Amino acid sequence: MSFIAEHISVLMVMVPLMAAPFCVIVRHGAVSWGWATLVTLVSFGLSIVLMQHVLTNGTIVYDLGGWEGPWGIVYHIDEVGALVVLIVSAIAAIVMPYAKESIEREIPKERHYLAYCMMLLCIAGLIGMAVTGDAFNLFVFLEVSSLATYVLIALGNDRRALTAALRYLILGTVGATFYVIGLGMIYMMTGSLNMTDLAGLLPAVQNTGTVHVALAFIVVGFGLKLALFPLHVWLPNAYTFAPSAVTAFLAATATKVAVYALIRLIFTVFGDIDPLETYGVRPAVMVLAIAGMFAGSLVAIYQSNVKRLLAYSSVAQVGYMILGISIGNAPAMAGGIIHMFNHALMKGALFMALGCVFYVIGSVKLEDMAGLGKRMPLTAAAIVAGGFSLIGVPLTVGFISKFYLVEGALAAGMWPVALLIMLSSLLAVIYVWRVVEVMYFRSPAIGCENRTEAPMSLLVPTYILLGAAFWFGIDATFTGDVAMSAAQTLLGGSK
Amino acid sequence: MSPEILILLSLAIPFIGSLLILFAGPASANVRDGLTVVTAVVLFGVVWHLIQLVDAGARPSVSLVEMLPGLSITFTLEPLGMIFAGIASFLWIVTSFYAFGYMRGHHESNQTRFFFCFAIAIMSAIGIAYAGNMLTLFVFYEVLTISTFPLVAHSGTDEARRAGRVYLGILIGTSITFLLTATIWTYVEAGTLDFREGGILAGNAPAGVIAVLFGLYIYGIGKAALMPFHRWLPAAMVAPTPVSALLHAVAVVKAGVFSVVKVSVYIFGLDTLQSTGASTWLAYVAGATILIASLVAMTKDNLKARLAYSTISQLSYIVLGAMLATNIGALGSTLHIVMHAFGKITLFFCAGAIIVFAHKTEISDMRGLGRKMPVTFFCFFIASLSIIGLPPLGGTWSKWYLALAAAETDQVIFIAVLMISSLLNIAYLMPVVLYGYFGKEKPETHHAHDHDDHGHHAPPDHPMLRHLTFGRPGVAEAPVMCLAPIVLTTIGCFVLFFYADRIRLFLEPVFGG
Repeated sequence: MSFIAEHISVLMVMVPLMAAPFCVIVRHGAVSWGWATLVTLVSFGLSIVLMQHVLTNGTIVYDLGGWEGPWGIVYHIDEVGALVVLIVSAIAAIVMPYAKESIEREIPKERHYLAYCMMLLCIAGLIGMAVTGDAFNLFVFLEVSSLATYVLIALGNDRRALTAALRYLILGTVGATFYVIGLGMIYMMTGSLNMTDLAGLLPAVQNTGTVHVALAFIVVGFGLKLALFPLHVWLPNAYTFAPSAVTAFLAATATKVAVYALIRLIFTVFGDIDPLETYGVRPAVMVLAIAGMFAGSLVAIYQSNVKRLLAYSSVAQVGYMILGISIGNAPAMAGGIIHMFNHALMKGALFMALGCVFYVIGSVKLEDMAGLGKRMPLTAAAIVAGGFSLIGVPLTVGFISKFYLVEGALAAGMWPVALLIMLSSLLAVIYVWRVVEVMYFRSPAIGCENRTEAPMSLLVPTYILLGAAFWFGIDATFTGDVAMSAAQTLLGGSK
Repeated sequence: MSPEILILLSLAIPFIGSLLILFAGPASANVRDGLTVVTAVVLFGVVWHLIQLVDAGARPSVSLVEMLPGLSITFTLEPLGMIFAGIASFLWIVTSFYAFGYMRGHHESNQTRFFFCFAIAIMSAIGIAYAGNMLTLFVFYEVLTISTFPLVAHSGTDEARRAGRVYLGILIGTSITFLLTATIWTYVEAGTLDFREGGILAGNAPAGVIAVLFGLYIYGIGKAALMPFHRWLPAAMVAPTPVSALLHAVAVVKAGVFSVVKVSVYIFGLDTLQSTGASTWLAYVAGATILIASLVAMTKDNLKARLAYSTISQLSYIVLGAMLATNIGALGSTLHIVMHAFGKITLFFCAGAIIVFAHKTEISDMRGLGRKMPVTFFCFFIASLSIIGLPPLGGTWSKWYLALAAAETDQVIFIAVLMISSLLNIAYLMPVVLYGYFGKEKPETHHAHDHDDHGHHAPPDHPMLRHLTFGRPGVAEAPVMCLAPIVLTTIGCFVLFFYADRIRLFLEPVFGG
């Protein structure tokens, strides 16, 4: 046990990374699935151990290969990092059992093993991004996860999945390249790539044009990866045409990890400078976040494909997270962080429920979902319950996020922002209610009135995630405490 | 059992009841309806026991779960809440009986869903009544909105769907934009959301903030139907009549005005409101709502629509009492919650009986109907008198205290508003009775189709569902199942006249002697 405890941070990355090639070696769908499920369960277990470790012993700093920073690569895991690792591995452990039936339905048999392999790689990349304390290593893991993601999206059965993947490939690569350019400039100015080290070195050069430009490149680069409005254009198609299980996994994890990376860069690497304040970009970021909240929700209202509707809603939800970060006090920051967790639960559950719909009726178009309340009562109920969370109805996780965000906005004296948050959640009422009305008030098309529910292997994981979305909405003391203390740590760095 | 257990029990009973209803429903309608009654009776028993504890001075409190660090779902009993819980749970029993008669007589579909949502709605009302802090109140407030939506849109027609949208749009819209903002803002200013005597904002926030916050609260509580956010209430009238009766005359709307009183007394404190003048302009809004809604009610020929506007007007009595920000005003408000509940539920019961058993919805079609349904119309008459505020009926006292509060604060204009409103009440309620007893019946030509509509249903075979004739020709009263609840609540209006002072004594710890 002490071996695990000692090396847990690197194990988090190594387990899925090393496990992935096995799928390619066996080239068998079901075996790969079994293997991938086992691996994700192990990682989930490890992530819980990691979380407990961080909560009791504080931040973990691990020198990779025994090479100490700032020369060696250092893994640096604090509470936010551990929370993100927990999100990724928990979602993976829930999506993986779900994936089997869903992928069998949606992906040709000869590519099944590829999907599992890529998902493991993606998990390794995402977890790597969360644990690393090295700015260049962050880029490496970003690319590991991104490349796997491009493949996963391209696996979608619809031919449009290919163009969606290509578009994401181009924009994602632009984003990653921007990040490397920015990082290169910083390396030029400071000669270091270690995040903690950089934090100490940057203030000396903070007023140089190079650092300004570098920060701009970094923020735009990650803005692309996390789908900050108006850099979100890759997201709707990618989510719509990817296989259901992939969409559920990506929607719940990928953008959150990018948000986390941005938090890390702004509040740790640039932490002593407090770039939002020093460079006067706070209003700009806030405007973009709020514009995203409204634009995403407004466009979502007019979608006829429910998967795409939820994808646009994700653009809006990312806006909430960025808003929380940009307000700049502890409750708002905690709201942003807690929303990463909460949104992963609700959006994951919703996309999984849509996967059930696709499994049974072969479509996720709004008009095809007429009368779903009678045809697939459990799935329809799951969509309604997930929708409540998007709206932010009390007793769901969405309410908790909103509470923190609004508390932060009001504590900062920004009451118009608080009002805008509330108004944008009313837009969520509209797009959720469109779906509800179609499911419950329209009768099903002739010939498909029969009650046919999705198989248990799809429903049970969906309901587990949904249950979590309510559990952490009713008792948010754990997430609230973690997010609040993480927010205080992050903001403390900027003072 | 300890009071803490009883508190949790009174929330668990309707919840468990709702689940049993859900599972028993498909198997047997009789078992399901029996379960509803048993649940309602047991619930009232528990609430009654708690009322006596509170009367004896106990203030039990219990926390269910810590929702956010430092913020719990907490229930704390105090006299105001017990009044609301008492009425909601008592009238639930009565309404249940009425609903069986109505829903079966009307051949409504999806009755299991109906009784399930009904039980959840009652649970939410009890949660609101017991709420020990604003967070708890907000949570149950929203659950109440959502659980009543399926009841409003029950029939699933286009009209019901549209009404459902208005209902949800206004109630969710106001509660999220205003009420939740106000709640979180209070938390930021005061550092707590507990309901405390004297309020939690006094001394914690500047007067300007208090004024804005108070406005946000009062408009955020859309269920109080203060103009201009009143449209949802008439829209909700597409629901089956038992819903209109219990929820949209008692549980839902009273949850709204109860929250208004509770917020005024325990979040702001009446003294703070008085000294900052935060509530003055809202008193005028309430006064205007009283008069405008009464005037609109006069223009409505549809009986349920007229009663809906009457409810809007009467709710503003309660809001007005709280806005006057004196102990007597708030006492008048609380009394009016009780008095209006009994009066209005009776009126809705009568309207429902007329719809189901005489197939009439428009007042102008009810000429001469009083001779056919004498008991129903008599009860309608008595309940109308209580709404108008004439002795010896309960409504007298609440109006008395409200007028007294207006006099006490030297706002004579509100005395005038109350008196004019009484006249308007007469003008829109009495014609129904007059038409019924003295109007000449119109020839039944164009109403023949009513019977065709229902002709294909088998006549109700149960003796409890048969028309009562009392052995007289031309009399076709509503069946016992519907009539007994009507008579019971009418007697309630009468009895309350004599027990108003007992209620005042019960409330003395809150409002003083």
